[in-house]
Amino acid sequence: MTLAEQIREIAAGYPQSRSAVLPALRLAQEQHGWLSPDALREVADALDLTPAYCQSVASFYDMFHMKPVGRHLVEVCTNISCALVGAQQVLEAFESELGVKTGETTADGEVTLRALECAGGCGWGTVVAIDHRYREPVRAEDVPTIVSELHDA
Amino acid sequence: MPELALVLEGADDRDLTKLGEYRGVGGYRALDKARGMEPEAVVEELLTSNLRGRGGAFFPMGRKASFIPKPEDVPKPRYVVVNADESEPGTFKDREIMFRVPHRLIEGCLITAHSIRSQNVFIYIRGEYLAEFEVVRAALDEARDEGLFAGVTVVLHRGAGAYICGEESALLESLEGKRGQPRSRPPYPAVSGLYAAPTLINNVETVSTVPKVIELGGAEYAKIGAPPNSTGTRLFSLSGNVARGGNYELELGTSLNDLIFEIGGGIPEGRKLKAVIPGGSSVPVLTADEVDTPLEHDAMTERGSMLGSGAVIVIDDRCCMVQLGLRVAQFYMHESCGKCTPCREGTRWMVQLLHKIEDGRAEHEELDLLLSVCDRILGKCLCPLGDAAAMPIASYVSKFRDEFRVHIDGGGCPFGGEASLEGVMAPVDQHTHHPVAEVPA
Repeated sequence: MTLAEQIREIAAGYPQSRSAVLPALRLAQEQHGWLSPDALREVADALDLTPAYCQSVASFYDMFHMKPVGRHLVEVCTNISCALVGAQQVLEAFESELGVKTGETTADGEVTLRALECAGGCGWGTVVAIDHRYREPVRAEDVPTIVSELHDA
Repeated sequence: MPELALVLEGADDRDLTKLGEYRGVGGYRALDKARGMEPEAVVEELLTSNLRGRGGAFFPMGRKASFIPKPEDVPKPRYVVVNADESEPGTFKDREIMFRVPHRLIEGCLITAHSIRSQNVFIYIRGEYLAEFEVVRAALDEARDEGLFAGVTVVLHRGAGAYICGEESALLESLEGKRGQPRSRPPYPAVSGLYAAPTLINNVETVSTVPKVIELGGAEYAKIGAPPNSTGTRLFSLSGNVARGGNYELELGTSLNDLIFEIGGGIPEGRKLKAVIPGGSSVPVLTADEVDTPLEHDAMTERGSMLGSGAVIVIDDRCCMVQLGLRVAQFYMHESCGKCTPCREGTRWMVQLLHKIEDGRAEHEELDLLLSVCDRILGKCLCPLGDAAAMPIASYVSKFRDEFRVHIDGGGCPFGGEASLEGVMAPVDQHTHHPVAEVPA
C-alpha cells in the first residue's frame, strides 16, 4: 500500500477525516525520517488539506521532526523527578559518549540526543527513551553500554 | 496496611493483559450487569459512589455523565473520550493501568458508553507511550474478536507530544486534527465536545474504576476511602528522593507520611525530607512539617494544596527551591500553547526572574514582581495551564521565602553548585527559534 492509501484507510476510521492528521503525520515521518516538504504534501493530498495546514499542526507537537534527525533518537527525561535522582549526570554521560551536545546529531547522522519533558516513568528515574522504547532506571554508569548497543544496532 | 487493589486487583497474580485471565478474576461481569440496567441507573450508581475524576480536577464523574443530553433532546452522536494523555510531571499511574489491566479500562469504556447511550469511544493515548499503546491495542483486538463491543466502536488515537493535550478541550481539538489549543468554555464538552457533539471525557484511572463501582454498587463503593468527598482508592505515583518509588494503590485518606516513610521506605542516604509535592508539579508544595496530611481532598485543600493527579514527588535537603521553581517554570513555558497572553508571556517572565534570583542578579523587588506575575496569570486564561505554573511557584516563594532572600542577599545560590537540580538542562533550552520577550523593567 502506498502512503496515501494507508492514510486514507486510517481516515476512514474517524467520523471526520481531518482527525487522521496526527496518525498520518506519524506514518509519513516514519517513512521519510522527518516531515520534509514532500512528506507534508503527501499527507495534505491524502487528507484533502493544504501542506501549510499540515505544517501548522505538525509544528505544535514535540514528536514531529521539522528538520532531519539521526537514525536513532536518544531522549533523556530531565523533568523534576528524574532530575532529583541524577538526570543531568545521565544526559552529560550521553553527551560525552556520543560526542555531541544535547539537541545535536552525531556527525555520522546516526544518533540525535535530546532532553525530554516528563516521560511518565518518574518512580523509576532516570527515564531514557531509545527510539521511543523506555529504559528505566538508567544511571550515568549504564550509558556506555547503551551507546555501544546503539552503534551495533 | 492501607494498600487496597481495586483498579489493579488481580494484576499481581495473573497476566491480566490476556482476556481469558481477566475473565478468570471476574472480568467483564460488571459490563454484563451494567448492560442489564437502564443507562440512567448506571449514572445513578456513579453519582452514589461519588467517584471523582482521577486526572486532577476531581469532578464527580456521575455529574458529568448526567449533563449529557438525551438522544431525543439532541439528535447527535454522543461520544465517550478517555484521556490517556498522562503527562503531568510526577505522574505515571495511567501508564501502569494500561500496561497491566487494559481490559479493566476497556470494560470501563464500554460501561461508560452504555451509561450515555454512546456508540463511539475514543482513547487518546500519549504519543510517547508506545509499549502501552501496543498492550491496549492488543487487548482491544481481543475484546473486539470476542464480540464484547456490541456495536460500539473504540478508536485508539495516539498523541504526538504536547502536555497541553491532557487538558480536555485541547485534547478534543487535537483529536479533531488541529493544534492542541484549549477552547473557551462554555459550551462544555457535555454539550458541545468532539465534533460539536455531546461528549463525556474522563481520565484512564476514573474509567478503570467504573467496573468496580458497578460490581459493588455505588453505595458500597462510597464506604471505601475517606467519604463523603474522597471515596475509593487512588493510584499514587511516588517519585523523587525516596527509596522505593513506584505506583501504590491506596485507600484515600492514607497519610502522606505513611506513603513516604512506610510504603516508600523513606529518604535514601540518611537525607532529610525538605518538601513534598503532593499532586503533580502543578500543585502547591507542602513543607516537611506538613507531611502528616491525609491523602484526601478536604485535608489537602485545608493545607492549601491539592491531590491533583496523585503524583507525590519527594524532595530532600539537597534541593534548592529556586532551582526547583526554575525547572518547573521552564516546563510550563515550554508547554504553554501560546493562545492566552498571561500564560504565554508570564511563564517566560517567571523563568527569567527565577534565573536572575538563582544567579544572584536580582533585587528584592523582583521577588515581589515574581509573585505579581503569578497573580496576573492566575484565573486569567482559558485553561488551567497558566495556573499550574503560577500556583507552585507562588507556594515555593511563600513557604521558602528565606531561601529566596538568601539568594538575593548573598549574590547567588547558597548551595554553591552542590544542589540536586544544579545545571539541569530543560528541553526549552533546545528551542532557540522562538523570540523571547524580555521582562519589562
